[in-house]
Amino acid sequence: MTSARTGSATAHRRGVSGWSARTIIAVMVVVFVLFFAVPIVWLLLATTKSARALSVGNPFAVGSAGDLSTNWSQLFGFQDGAVTTWMTNSASYALGALVITLVVSIPAGYALALTRFRFRRLLLVLTLIVMLIPNTALVLPIFLELNAVGLIGSPLSVILPMSFFPFGVYLTYIYFSTSIPRDLLAAARIDGCREIQVFTRIALPLAAPIVALVAFFSFVQNWNNFFLPFVMLPSSDGYPVQVGLTSLLASTPAFNPSSAGGQSVQLPTLALATVVSVLPVLIVFLVSQRFLVAGMTAGGTKE
Amino acid sequence: MTLVDRTARAAAVATRRPPARPPATRDSLLSYGLISGYAVLTLAFGLLPALYAVYLAFTDATGGFAGLANFTKAVGDFRFWPAVSHVALYLIIWLVALVLLVTVLAVIVHAIRVRWLSRTLRFVFYLPGALAGASSVLLWLFVLDPTASPVGGLLRLFGFDSFVQVILPGNLPVIFAVIAFWTGAGGWIVIMYGALNNISAEVIEAARVDGANAVQIAWRIQLPMLRKWIAYMSMMSLAAGTQLFVEPQLLSQASNAVVPNDYSLNQLAYQYAFQQNDFNTAAAISLLLLVVALALSAVFVTRGGLFERE
Repeated sequence: MTSARTGSATAHRRGVSGWSARTIIAVMVVVFVLFFAVPIVWLLLATTKSARALSVGNPFAVGSAGDLSTNWSQLFGFQDGAVTTWMTNSASYALGALVITLVVSIPAGYALALTRFRFRRLLLVLTLIVMLIPNTALVLPIFLELNAVGLIGSPLSVILPMSFFPFGVYLTYIYFSTSIPRDLLAAARIDGCREIQVFTRIALPLAAPIVALVAFFSFVQNWNNFFLPFVMLPSSDGYPVQVGLTSLLASTPAFNPSSAGGQSVQLPTLALATVVSVLPVLIVFLVSQRFLVAGMTAGGTKE
Repeated sequence: MTLVDRTARAAAVATRRPPARPPATRDSLLSYGLISGYAVLTLAFGLLPALYAVYLAFTDATGGFAGLANFTKAVGDFRFWPAVSHVALYLIIWLVALVLLVTVLAVIVHAIRVRWLSRTLRFVFYLPGALAGASSVLLWLFVLDPTASPVGGLLRLFGFDSFVQVILPGNLPVIFAVIAFWTGAGGWIVIMYGALNNISAEVIEAARVDGANAVQIAWRIQLPMLRKWIAYMSMMSLAAGTQLFVEPQLLSQASNAVVPNDYSLNQLAYQYAFQQNDFNTAAAISLLLLVVALALSAVFVTRGGLFERE
């Protein structure tokens, strides 16, 4: 196996032959690196500029700390600190749903993987199907349902639907059915563990990696969710930041000329709002990048 | 849902192992206790809303049986077929770009033997996935506004001097496809890269010994092995794409309704529910979209065997 690997590595090295082919590939890679990276780099730079510098200056010039702080105070002064409210809302919705998701999904994944009960197969198939549906597909039906029971406008109307996270249950199910040796559980039973203790003392302590993975996906998805809160929460006080961005956008004269007035938002401020709105996710992304990419491709590599 | 999360789901399901048989313990109260929370949520936010939408779609405002009246009303709406064609056009452009470019980029990144370079490229492609929904649309509003854009010169070169010119209705499907590609392609490139790693080195080596060059290897060996992943990517993207909502909604707001607020099907359903207070027709449209998503998902789940290892 080792010799085959080395052999293939050398073979790959002379893989793409000819200068013209190499050049075409190099150009293509550069073009796509620019396509993916330039908007992000530019956005970060834009937050440090004044509105004037943004429209007339070199797009890739660095602005000044002074302009950044002006933009910052304009953003957080918008509608008497609405942005702070939205960020707090986002955090409480995303974390509230995250906690419920973990409390519900980890035991469910364990039960599906390692115990027997009626409807187990049905629940598994349902889980698979629902997790493959785009979750926007159920937003209007859930709205109609919650409207019928009078929950619209309450934080619960976003937290509860977001806590339903079949993908998390599925990941946990896969983890418990492949990574926990059955002998270990059997040994615990022989040693006199009751069933509940097998779960709390043996399985749970081993579940740390899957808890982290489910928490990551749940948090990112909840934080970025737009359609659900957009539909459920009519009042600005309840907006998460993703929905709040639409208010900022509506107050930006550059895009919406009718909004020119006392509360108008300048372009660099809107750029800063965009950055602030994704900052928590971006940080989580950067911190967990390695483990995430490994996790995403874990299934795709040979054991 | 974020595209990152979606691609991860794809990976999780496509590589799923045959379900493990649980140990032969008796039905126990404990199992029901452990599963109860999730079962309640599944009922409340999976099954019940779907059933309630079915009920609403087939009844009128007073609760009487309406037959197909809501569906014929929705389909007969003068905005319905334009919305279908907008979404269809966007999907075609997006899917073609996705299939071609993701495959080519994954093969290229995989062929790069310099480790740090390959890893950095994957990361750069993948990072935009952190910006989902409204944030990425907002970012692209900047990029598409010639007065602010970092590529303003490029836009003017193509004759776009103002934001309104850029977002003319004819350009929208391309714009939405670009935004979707920008946020989502990286996740798929990472997954395809993983799949390419899976092709045994011996097979590639044998082809090389037989005189195949890099292009022939990509075309004859790597591509056929990626086929199932490409099929899966297309199906999941198709299901997600029919749900188009955030992008046209924000553009409509940003452009002062130059982009109409009933551009996509989901927006039309939203208009029915919130502007016209017609929940029955809104439910009918949501149900049509839900059926499309369910069908795609069910095909994938039941034909999962397609993805098991040989």
